[in-house]
Amino acid sequence: MFAFIARRLAVAVPTLLILVILSFILMYTAPGGPFNSERPLPPEVLANINAKYGLDQPFWKQIATYVWGVTTQFDFGPSFQFTNRSVNDIIAQGFPVTLTYGAYSFLVAVLVGVSLGVAAAIKQNTWLDYLAVGITVGAQVLPNFVLGPILIIIFTLWLGWLPGGGWNGGQWEYVVLPVIALSTSYMASIARITRSSMLETLNTNFIRTARAKGLSTGRVIWKHALKPTMLPVLSYLGPAFVGMITGSVVVDIIFSTGGIGRFFVNSAFNRDYSVIMGITILVGALTIFFNLLVDVLYAWIDPKIRY
Amino acid sequence: MYPNKATVEVLEQAGHMAEVRGRSLWADARSRFLKNKAAVASMIVLLLVALFALFGQVFAQWERDFIDFSLIGSNARQGVPSFETGHYFGTDASGRDLYARTVQGTQISLMVGLVGAMVAVIVGTLYGATAGYIGGRTDNLMMRTVDILMSIPFMFVLILMLVIFGRSIFMLFLGIGLISWLDMARIARGQTLTIKNKEFVEVAYATGVHPAKIILRHIVPNLLGIVIVYATLLVPSMIIFESFISFLGLGVQEPNTSLGALISEGAANVNNQVPWQLGFPLVFFVIIIFAFFFVGDGLRDALDPKDR
Repeated sequence: MFAFIARRLAVAVPTLLILVILSFILMYTAPGGPFNSERPLPPEVLANINAKYGLDQPFWKQIATYVWGVTTQFDFGPSFQFTNRSVNDIIAQGFPVTLTYGAYSFLVAVLVGVSLGVAAAIKQNTWLDYLAVGITVGAQVLPNFVLGPILIIIFTLWLGWLPGGGWNGGQWEYVVLPVIALSTSYMASIARITRSSMLETLNTNFIRTARAKGLSTGRVIWKHALKPTMLPVLSYLGPAFVGMITGSVVVDIIFSTGGIGRFFVNSAFNRDYSVIMGITILVGALTIFFNLLVDVLYAWIDPKIRY
Repeated sequence: MYPNKATVEVLEQAGHMAEVRGRSLWADARSRFLKNKAAVASMIVLLLVALFALFGQVFAQWERDFIDFSLIGSNARQGVPSFETGHYFGTDASGRDLYARTVQGTQISLMVGLVGAMVAVIVGTLYGATAGYIGGRTDNLMMRTVDILMSIPFMFVLILMLVIFGRSIFMLFLGIGLISWLDMARIARGQTLTIKNKEFVEVAYATGVHPAKIILRHIVPNLLGIVIVYATLLVPSMIIFESFISFLGLGVQEPNTSLGALISEGAANVNNQVPWQLGFPLVFFVIIIFAFFFVGDGLRDALDPKDR
């Protein structure tokens, strides 16, 4: 097991390093510097600014400083647009918000998705099953950027039950709609995967044996069927995580939650390279770490896997 | 040496058997597909949407980039969808005809989906088939590369690229091409592994056919069924992907538009009593995605019957 984790780490760390280096090279080769604007600055001023941000240094020195700063001190450098803020300040402001509703969404997607899938599989071809299948099909065509406005129309404009935006320190009324918008399509996918996986498991010999021994249905499901059922679900969690972290950008925009996504998109319009790079690298690191976690969990649950 | 009686009988039987017309894999698949009502209906809907995208402009009364200044600021009252004014779908906040813009949005969204699927089919299939056929160390290296690329959140990298190299449709297509083939490569490789040990491939190998030709002539045609299924299912996810970027305002740029951009505009105007601005693009978007999913499901049942 330890060797397995070590081997996965041996892939994960270089991947992250490649991501950091690649995004720096992308930025470096960008046509026009970050301070080229409509109204050209006097050359002395430009030279001064470039010196302040270390842009007058040779390429190798710049990339070494950046990679060193990111990897050893998690220092993503200064923002190119906001003179007195560093990328770290911006991340520190937005990331806790994203993390809060992201974690809730993930929990909701997994818990509701798995329960719905298991229920649909046990009660196959009943109204419950059809309802679950209907929800999963419907949710597939409603990606978060479509669902968000619809939720606002229904719950804010028509019913007036919930606020249509803002964060207010994470008060629950403000969290509900973002979580629904972000989690629904992944909840549906998890439900679909769980359902088909559970149906498959229920047809295997060891479940028949368990039933033949006279175990109750609940015990068969909980003790025997659930674990093998979870394997395909587990391998979907990696892509789901990527999807959610990407979707958080849209949620931040639709619901003005003040998360990291808003800064990301604003920086994309301002050509604030260092912020975009910092957020991209942060998200990449999270994704790679999460995939590692899923791999380890998978190996732990499935004794058949070789590691 | 004469064949013995038993052999003769078997050969006679064989003669009869040949008279029964065999059904090819494709004929079989077609009949299975045609039995699936939802898939056939979706196919017809898709054809209609494609016709709308291709020829819808003919029926438009207004140019899609014509700005009617008299409607700006009052489109909630005067830009209502109606046949009298010729704005079938109403107008947007700048007084432009929403019908003409929806036609263009549908065009671009469909094109994005098709380009993504095409790149996936060509690059992904060849990559996966090559990795699977060669096997060993090369396979390992090629597939680890795919794994690594898949573990990067591509949306962020693509946005980084859009910012650095400028926002254009070309960059958007490039970005979609960069990610769409990854899944396909995995699927194609998996299939290749089961095909490459079949007799016909061994025969080709034994008679000295060049590996590249074995891949193209013997392996890829046998992958086609599964490739078509996943290409169909890929189209809607590529459309969603593009709409996502356009929703953020980083994709297709004005005066051009896509369904994602139109939905974004409609969502921004949700409070202004102009429900048609969100409604019409949304309906087209949902219909396209739905139809592609159903057609893909139907094709999967038809071409890949073991995986239901």
